[in-house]
Amino acid sequence: MHRGIIHAFFILFSLVFIIPMLIVISISFSNEQDIVRDGYRLFPENFEWTAYQIVFANPEQILNAYVVTTIQAVLGTLLSVLIMSLCAYALSRQNFKWRKPITLFIFFTMLFGGGLIPTYILITQYLHLGNTIWVYILPSLANAFYIIIFRTFFQGLPHDLVESAKMDGAGELRIYFTIMLPLSKPVLASLAFMTLVNKWNDWFTALVYVRDNKLYTLQYLLQRILKESEFIKQMSRDMPENINLGSFDLPTETVRFAMAIVAAGPVMVIFPWFQKYFARGLTIGAVKG
Amino acid sequence: MKKLRRPSIRMDQYALLLLAGPAIVYFFVFHYLPMVGVVLAFKDYRYHLGILGSEWVGLSNFDFFFRSADAWRITRNTVGYSFLFIVVGNLTAMVVALLLNEIRNKFAMKYYQTTMIFPTFLSWVLISFITYSFLHPTLGLLNQFLVFLHFEPVSWFSEPKYWPFILTIMDVWKGVGMGSILYFASLMGVDASLYEAARIDGANRWKQTLHISIPAIVPVATILTILAIGNAFRADFGLFYQIPRDVGVLYPTTDVIDTYIFRGLRNGDVGITAATGLFQSAVGLIMIVAVNSIIRKLKPENALF
Repeated sequence: MHRGIIHAFFILFSLVFIIPMLIVISISFSNEQDIVRDGYRLFPENFEWTAYQIVFANPEQILNAYVVTTIQAVLGTLLSVLIMSLCAYALSRQNFKWRKPITLFIFFTMLFGGGLIPTYILITQYLHLGNTIWVYILPSLANAFYIIIFRTFFQGLPHDLVESAKMDGAGELRIYFTIMLPLSKPVLASLAFMTLVNKWNDWFTALVYVRDNKLYTLQYLLQRILKESEFIKQMSRDMPENINLGSFDLPTETVRFAMAIVAAGPVMVIFPWFQKYFARGLTIGAVKG
Repeated sequence: MKKLRRPSIRMDQYALLLLAGPAIVYFFVFHYLPMVGVVLAFKDYRYHLGILGSEWVGLSNFDFFFRSADAWRITRNTVGYSFLFIVVGNLTAMVVALLLNEIRNKFAMKYYQTTMIFPTFLSWVLISFITYSFLHPTLGLLNQFLVFLHFEPVSWFSEPKYWPFILTIMDVWKGVGMGSILYFASLMGVDASLYEAARIDGANRWKQTLHISIPAIVPVATILTILAIGNAFRADFGLFYQIPRDVGVLYPTTDVIDTYIFRGLRNGDVGITAATGLFQSAVGLIMIVAVNSIIRKLKPENALF
C-alpha cells in the first residue's frame, strides 16, 4: 500500500524533470505563428521542421562552436587529468622530500584566491590569453580538490608495488604509467568525466575572455542566441512599421529553441549514461578530500 | 647478465619534483600571481599604468563599497540564498533518498534516478531556455496557466518579490538528483539485518525510517551542511546570472557578490570591484577555517585540514 503512494509520488516527481525538456523540444518543432499567437505549448499545435531547416541551412556558426567546444573539452580534459595525476602521484610517495610543502602550496588555493578581477587582468593584460583558444585550456588546467582525490586514491594502493618496481630498476615515470595509471581506472574515469562535463558546459570563460565569434563555445553561443534575438525583436518593435529588419521574418522563437537542441541535445543524451562515474566522483569527493 | 643499477634516492627526488612540476607552475601562475593582484583593491587602477604603476589610494575603494547601498544588498542576498539553498536543498534530497530507499523495483529505481539526475548535466544557459519558456511575460507557460485559472498574468521579469522562490526552485531542481544519490549511498551502507531485527520487534516502516534510516544519513547531512556553510559567501554565478537574465529591476532579490563583481569588471570599475572580491575571499577564508575547526571537534576524520 505505502509503496503505491511512493511510486505515484515519483512518477509525478519525474514529470517535473521531463516536462521542461519536452517543452524545449516541442517549441523547436512548432510553427512560429502558433507560438506567437498562443504561446509556448507542451505539444506543438502543428508539427513542423522549419526551424531545423533554417538552423541546418546556416550551420557554420554551430559547427564552429562544436569544434571549439570539442577542443576545449577533450584536449582540456586530457591535459588536466595528466597533469593532476602526475602531481598527485608524486605527492602520494611517502619518501618524497617536498611532499608536505607542495601539498600545502596546492591546497591553499582551495581556501583563498585573488578573485576575478586580478585573474582577468593577469590573463588579458600580462599573459595575453584573451581571445585565444588557450584561454579555454590553460587557466583551468588543474583543480586542487581533484589532485587531493587522486593522491588519496594513490596512497591507498599497495606500497610494495612501487618498491618492487624500483628494485627492477623502473623510473618514476614508468611506474606511474605502467603500474599506477592502470590501477586507478575507476578514479581516473570519474574525475575525467566530471572534468569533461564541466568543460563541455562552460560558458563563463567565453563570456569573460572571448570577443571573437569564431571562438565561441556552444554554451556561450546559446546564451547569445537567447539574449540577442530578443534584442532584435526589441529593435523591430521600436522601429516604424515600414522599416523591415533583415531578421524580422525569421521565426526567432522556434529557431532559438531548435539551436538549443542541435547544440546541446546530442551530448545531453550521452551524459546520463555515464552518471555512475559522476555519482562516484561526487561520493569520493564528499567523503574525504 | 648485467645487474640493473637502482636509481639513487637523490635522482628519485628530482624525478618526483619533475612530475609535480607542471601542476606547481600552473598553480603559481594562475592562482598565486592573482593573489599578488589583490593589491588592486588598494589602488586606483589605470590600464595603461598597469598593476604596479597605478596609484595607491589606501582604503578608499573599501570605503566607497561599504558606504554604497550595494554592499548590504549583495552580502545579504549571497548569504541569505546560501542558507536557503542549504536548508531546502538538503531537506528535499534527504526526503527523496528516504523515499527511494522504499523502492524495490529495479527498473523503477533506475528510471526515477535517471530523470532526477538529468539536470545535473545541463548548463545554466540551457536551463535558462527552460525558465524563459515558463516565465516569458506573454508566451510563457506559467502565465498561460494563470490566465486559464482566471488570474492576472504576472510580469515575472519585473517583479523582484517572486525571485527568491524561482531561484530556490531552480537550485533544488538542478541539485536534487545528485544530492539524493549522495544520501541514498549512505542508506545503502546500512546493515540490512538492522531492518530485519526491527521488523521482528514489530517496528513498522515508518518506525524503521525514524530510528534506522534517518540516523544513518545524519552524519552525511552534517558534513554537507557544514561544508556548504563554509562556502556560504560564494554564490553560483550561473544561477544568478543566467536565470534572472541580468535584469536590473530584479537586482534587489537577484544580485549577489559574484554577479556584482562581474558587472564591475564589465563596467571597468576595477578598484571597487577588486575590493569587493578581496572582501569576499577574506571572509570566505575565515568561514572555511572556522567551519573546519568545528568539524575537527565533531568528526576529526572528516576535517579538510
